[in-house]
Amino acid sequence: MRNVVISGIGQTPVREHWDASMRELAVTAVLEAMDNAGIQDADALYVGNMLSGTLANQEHLGALIAENAGLEGIEAVKIEAACGSAAAAFRQAVLAVASGHVDTAIAVGVEKLTEMSGRSTTQGLAAAADADYETAMGLSFVAINALLMRRYMYEYKYEKRDFAQFAINAHQNAAHNPNAMFRAAVSPEQYDRAKMIADPINLLDSSPVGDGAAAAIVTAADYQQTSNSKPISIAACEVATDTIALDNRENPLHLKGVERSTARALKTGGFSQKDIDFFELHDAFSIMSALSLEAAGFSDRGKAVQRIADGEFGIRSNLPISTFGGLKGRGHPVGATGLYQIAEAVQQLRHEAPEAIQIPGAKTAMIQNIGGSGATVITSILRI
Amino acid sequence: MDIPRTWRLLDQRYRLQGSKCNSCGDLQFPPRIVCSKCKHREFKPFSFSGKGSVYSYSTVFQAAAQFEDHVPYIVALIDLEEGPRITAQLTDVASDEVEIGMPVEMVIRKISEEGERGLIVYGYKFRPPVV
Repeated sequence: MRNVVISGIGQTPVREHWDASMRELAVTAVLEAMDNAGIQDADALYVGNMLSGTLANQEHLGALIAENAGLEGIEAVKIEAACGSAAAAFRQAVLAVASGHVDTAIAVGVEKLTEMSGRSTTQGLAAAADADYETAMGLSFVAINALLMRRYMYEYKYEKRDFAQFAINAHQNAAHNPNAMFRAAVSPEQYDRAKMIADPINLLDSSPVGDGAAAAIVTAADYQQTSNSKPISIAACEVATDTIALDNRENPLHLKGVERSTARALKTGGFSQKDIDFFELHDAFSIMSALSLEAAGFSDRGKAVQRIADGEFGIRSNLPISTFGGLKGRGHPVGATGLYQIAEAVQQLRHEAPEAIQIPGAKTAMIQNIGGSGATVITSILRI
Repeated sequence: MDIPRTWRLLDQRYRLQGSKCNSCGDLQFPPRIVCSKCKHREFKPFSFSGKGSVYSYSTVFQAAAQFEDHVPYIVALIDLEEGPRITAQLTDVASDEVEIGMPVEMVIRKISEEGERGLIVYGYKFRPPVV
């Protein structure tokens, strides 16, 4: 396998893009990434997306996006792994270039969640779980995470408001990210008052649905960079799985998929946890942040909530998380999210982040995108 | 319309039928194609007693379209007496009465309706035991 780099990135703001179609969003991100890399053509396109068929009656996104981006004729397919779709598409781009099969591949994630009513979106998102044994029983995706949060509070003796800092931290960082959906800080009082969705998860524990697209250009490390953008090394990109249903896990509070995926990525890159300068984790819900920090080896079990309440994991801490707002503040256009995380990590490593959220001297980033309640986990490590 | 799926799942939804591995004897719900413990591929059907206890629970206020009329309702993870954990709704109990660890038993109830002319889906829910 040869070494690979990210030579360009592109992102649309995460919004309720009622005026833009899915193809417009995806093509905007692809063209921005191509301009950023200084290329006019590519060999392959991998499109990450979860719900285009359900919410827009449109599948077959590979050919659709390739044609509309002026890339008619190239290899192009859609990759789906629920909320992990974008990083799964990125993984395919990395493999295609690393293997020597192609020289330049584009990974783009796109999602339009405001195409239909909220109830249709809730129903669509629930398809990430086991349709016969979870969704059919009335479990929404939020409810699945609520079951985890309730058990975590019970086992480790936490109050609901102990989780507030995850939302506060994410929104604080999102305030400086022009692409973020929510750019206002939130207070502990707002957290206490937030509307309950599936007890104990309230609105401020949950990442907002939104529309958007993000893209990355993956190229061999020995290529000639034609733009002024700094290429960022892909030290690892590894996928691991766990059972799709929560109830089939021996200890649901231990995300084995996260543990496996993180271990593989660290091994591939030759790193340990202490080498990581910041962690773009999959904070779809507060509880997911806590469980990810613990299973990825950045916190003892049951301690992550206490540690963020004590001021760790903030933008000026030893291990900042959700530096551009995360899923919570930037927004969670599900099948696009993994490439927003990657594009933001590239901005950090190029030292192109807005000053207030730039991590000084950042060299090594871990990015983790999760499909379902921890069933598919893609962990990437990027390095200057 | 989900008729084939509903027919396929009747043994599970009405009788809590899972599987017992012919090799290692592990009891599993839902029934397996490959044993998750020993990778064996042959099983006997096994019906669970329906007795268990609450591992975790949540009251749902915002639901998918086919459950919208039922909110708020309680979902839970139940540890069955024989071992496996199962996902189901709780019924016949108020949300402020539910506690982790409380005993529950299976009952058959209406799970969802697919519109005025559609299928009515019945299946397992769990309630505090009736003595």
